[in-house]
Amino acid sequence: MARAITTKQKAINTAVIWTLGLVMFFPIFWLIILSFKTESDAIMAPMEVLMSGWTMESYDAVNRRSDYFKFFSNSVIIALGSTFLGLLIAVPAAWAMAFVPGKRTKDILLWMLSTKMLPPVGVLIPIYLLFRDTGLLDTRIGLVFVLMMINLPIIVWMLYTYFKEIPAEILEAARMDGASLGKEVLYVLTPMALPGIASTMLLNIILAWNEAFWTLNLTAAKAAPLTAFIASYSSPEGLFYAKLSAASVMAIAPILVMGWFSQKQLVRGLTFGAVK
Amino acid sequence: MATQHSRASARLMISPSVLLLLGWMLIPLCMTVYFSFLRYDLLSPGTEAFTGWDNYYYFLTDPSFNDAITNTLSLLVGVLLVTIIGGIGFALLLNLPAWGQGIVRVLVIAPFFVMPTVSGLLWKNMFMNPVNGVFAHITLAFGGQPYDFLGQAPWESIILMVSWQWLPFATLILLTALQSLDQEQLEAAEMDGASWGSRFWHIVLPHISRAITVVILIQTIFLLSIFAEILVTTNGGPGTASTNLTYLIYVQSLLQYDVGVGSAGGVIAIILANIVAIFLMRMVGKNLDK
Repeated sequence: MARAITTKQKAINTAVIWTLGLVMFFPIFWLIILSFKTESDAIMAPMEVLMSGWTMESYDAVNRRSDYFKFFSNSVIIALGSTFLGLLIAVPAAWAMAFVPGKRTKDILLWMLSTKMLPPVGVLIPIYLLFRDTGLLDTRIGLVFVLMMINLPIIVWMLYTYFKEIPAEILEAARMDGASLGKEVLYVLTPMALPGIASTMLLNIILAWNEAFWTLNLTAAKAAPLTAFIASYSSPEGLFYAKLSAASVMAIAPILVMGWFSQKQLVRGLTFGAVK
Repeated sequence: MATQHSRASARLMISPSVLLLLGWMLIPLCMTVYFSFLRYDLLSPGTEAFTGWDNYYYFLTDPSFNDAITNTLSLLVGVLLVTIIGGIGFALLLNLPAWGQGIVRVLVIAPFFVMPTVSGLLWKNMFMNPVNGVFAHITLAFGGQPYDFLGQAPWESIILMVSWQWLPFATLILLTALQSLDQEQLEAAEMDGASWGSRFWHIVLPHISRAITVVILIQTIFLLSIFAEILVTTNGGPGTASTNLTYLIYVQSLLQYDVGVGSAGGVIAIILANIVAIFLMRMVGKNLDK
């Protein structure tokens, strides 16, 4: 058992870690504050900003932009589409590698990981040209495919580490009781694997939502998601801090919430199971 | 034991992933290598011709290449130093008994979930802007002269932004590793009179060393490809002061339409990443055996 800690020591620790937390979070906090200010208040000194009145007008302004919803729905479609498509392909693969490991399973897994090492810029030109020639440039289906491919190794790996933790004896028992492969997957494996699949899904939605290399380079007007919408504020006209803040808050809020729920899975997913 | 039947179906289940990834990797890779030996300008199609090593020569002797490679490596080293040292510090502190640990943890990891374009514009406008930024307001309040971060020290500013995004990642991984440390071992060492320093050096650090390696290697993969932060803040400038390898290749190929030289750059980026990758594969491979 850990030793008793004096209340004073604990109070000091608390003060220190809260300071750290607040400093790290401050930029996001400030973004949220500015999003509820008028444009002219948003560029004032920090104290004056805090004292000034509150308003929702920036959110209204961003929502009124006829195209905001388009960017948002593109983000949703691309993030969800690439994740579900990835799961569809990865679940069988991870299942097979976890429960019917062959001689080369380990090599295949490592090779899949190695594809993640390919720097995106190394294949940017061919992908761009292939997309241009096949009409996939600036389409959601094209981006769904690209993001599915770049996250596929992570999905397979993450599912694999979860599936490996399911005791194989249970599957054998089901098999001995005469369950077919389909039934085995549906009634035995799926319920046990569901938590792992859910966290894999969550992590990949986060990664796809925030992906900003392919989404910026392969889209123009039609299929651009929120990453590109926010990037359009990099060449602003007039006062735009409050509107940029409101747009940013709306772009990051859903993922922030998801991210907080998936802290633990994030560790496992992004370290390919090396740290749990 | 796996039967013949299940082996066959296993192969069938794995093959879609393998074939897709194989295509995704090999087709563009071969095209990049092929293009890198061509004179290929998107603006004058149909004039492609074999040029041997010219594109590589041009790319490697271009003055911006020096900036790009220096920046790529300095960002890598800078961000790794900040995130590893900071991450160990944060993880040690967050592991201490305190009130509200859960909430603080949530606050600390939040920057990791902010999309790169938001984080770039947030720092550029709300904090580093020499007129309206928070830093400028604070400097003025203390009677100082506001500093033009992105004009005077563009690369350092980008290193700061990227560190802010990745420090949470390092903290989270190292904290997870730290929490699996056996407390009794630490207490025993303390009772035997080991100082805080030697406990950290001989017990804590070896315990989290693998996590540190993982953090270094995974961050390296992402840090070599930093792109959006540059695009929305400095566009690689002033001049090429904040251009990295990824951004330089983007400029060469998609802005100047020189596919040949851009592809030669791409091949060089791939070689650089592979040197890093070899180490990562070894380590994760070892982990698989356990």
